Amino acid sequence: MGFLVPILIGVLFAAGVYCLMRRSIMKLVIGVMLISQGANLLVFASGGLLAGSPPLVPADGQEPVAPFGDPLPQAMVLTAIVISFGLTAFVLTLVHEAHEAVGDDDTDAFRSTDT
Amino acid sequence: MSGLLLLLPLLLPLAGTIVLLAGSLSVGFQRVGAVVCSGLTLVASLVLLVAVDRAGILVVQLGSWEAPFGISLVADRLSAVMVAFSALLGAAVAVFSLGEISRRRIQRFFYPLYLLLLFGVNGAFLTGDLFNLYVWFEVMLIASFVLTALGGARAELEGGLKYVILNLFSSALFLSAAGILYGVLGTLNLADLAVRLEASPDPGWLQAASLLILVAFGLKAAVFPLFFWLPASYHTPPSTVSAIFAGLLTKVGVYALIRVYTLVFEPLFPQAQGLLLAIAVLTMITGVLGAAAHFEMRRILSFHIVSQIGYMVLGLAFFTPLALAAAIFYIIHNMVAKTNLLLISGIVIRLQGTADLARVGGLYRSAPWLAVLFFLPAFSLAGIPPLSGFWAKLGVVRAGLEGGWWFAVAAALVVGILTLYSMTKIWAEAFWKPRPEGALPLMAGGVGRLGWMVVPVATLSVCTVALGVFGEFLFAFSERAADQLLSPQEYISTVLAGRGKE
Repeated sequence: MGFLVPILIGVLFAAGVYCLMRRSIMKLVIGVMLISQGANLLVFASGGLLAGSPPLVPADGQEPVAPFGDPLPQAMVLTAIVISFGLTAFVLTLVHEAHEAVGDDDTDAFRSTDT
Repeated sequence: MSGLLLLLPLLLPLAGTIVLLAGSLSVGFQRVGAVVCSGLTLVASLVLLVAVDRAGILVVQLGSWEAPFGISLVADRLSAVMVAFSALLGAAVAVFSLGEISRRRIQRFFYPLYLLLLFGVNGAFLTGDLFNLYVWFEVMLIASFVLTALGGARAELEGGLKYVILNLFSSALFLSAAGILYGVLGTLNLADLAVRLEASPDPGWLQAASLLILVAFGLKAAVFPLFFWLPASYHTPPSTVSAIFAGLLTKVGVYALIRVYTLVFEPLFPQAQGLLLAIAVLTMITGVLGAAAHFEMRRILSFHIVSQIGYMVLGLAFFTPLALAAAIFYIIHNMVAKTNLLLISGIVIRLQGTADLARVGGLYRSAPWLAVLFFLPAFSLAGIPPLSGFWAKLGVVRAGLEGGWWFAVAAALVVGILTLYSMTKIWAEAFWKPRPEGALPLMAGGVGRLGWMVVPVATLSVCTVALGVFGEFLFAFSERAADQLLSPQEYISTVLAGRGKE
């Protein structure tokens, strides 16, 4: 199973970048979401993937039995998931408002501040 | 005690945010709260700066978890001076906002967001942990996202959308780099990373992570070719917001680049040097050419932010003690001058209804005091002695000549001339030219509470002069800060020993 995770990370990044290149602003949001999921998965996998080895200290011991899964990436990825959840909510609102104001979801209609 | 010194520049804006969010939404309360809070933060940051300069690096291990297991907050000279000047800008712009920010915005929680932005920026300067830096970036970004789009007008939403999407992309790259570094080195504490990286047998992964970080921070610092979000979004919100963004956000990106390349990726620097030089030169040139092509004050100034970032990255790319000192001096000078110029564009909009140079004019006659206040930061930006920009540019150029980087030095000098051209253009169009036909009626913006806008502008102009006249003092400080950066042993041993030097 372990070999699937890097492939999945790659697919998420590729799909995300593809969506960012499209012209619909809704696809921008989807693209950013996919990329941040890819990054989250990468952080999660960075501590090494070990099935069925929780970092728990047995009742009669001082430290967890090796090998155990690294808990730190899991803590970090939780933080990152919460952050990306909040940002996604914000971006969805922003896209909605921008769509109302511009009246179009084609990124070509969003160029009035560029030049 | 020293721990409290380090924490106060973070705790004060956080407390201010909470009080203003929870407290009354009355305009008076929000205004007074924001100004008082940013003023107290300024005092606390100045105390921190003096303490760090005298006593050396201060460290706080949050939750008393020894580094590298807990999160360390670290203040060395660079961090402390960045915190001090962002607090100066924070206080000045808070006073300015009293004259500009409308009741409607205040009731949409403008001031809590403003203090949250200062909180995030200070956190990014003070943290000693890579993942924590990511979190501070997000705090800073979410506050800036909402501040950009708060007005809800079409331009703000359009500019805001570009700003948000590109910055989220860069955050994802940063997070990936943090994940890779943790996977290879097993730590995220910056000092510990520096120790383990030297002993690491796996340079390929580290190179990949360092380049991902270069792209992520480069996007936030708005370097070539990643700067497009900046000129598209900075001219849309009120001048208060553009000014504080111009002073703080891109500088956080530059600070982060300097921090990781001097502390963590120092062994990888030789491979990155050519790339950094090219980025710096192209950033300077494209920024200044973009500014030359525009005819609206705030758009011109936005492109100049990009161009000036090039000088700072150039200082990093030369990587000599003098060059880093010049880069630090440059950041400080630029924070003050650039914020001030954007505030002045806000006053121009207030007096004449627009900052479009084709439709304003005659300010030298109608508001000579404003002409003087504009003259100082504008010509400082262009590098005219004895203002602060001259010493900053002189430092960068001398460092380049010592290292034999003729091409980069030539580019820096040409860009200096083109900067002068842009500033002269604003001067000639807005101040000297008679008011054009078809200009908006005078005082179209209404002049109520203009005094609140003038006082901070005057203060920052005086600061620019003072930074120039007392340039030697500040340059000596920058050199001490650069020495600290180039001999990271003090930083590493202070953080990993778990105690400050006292």
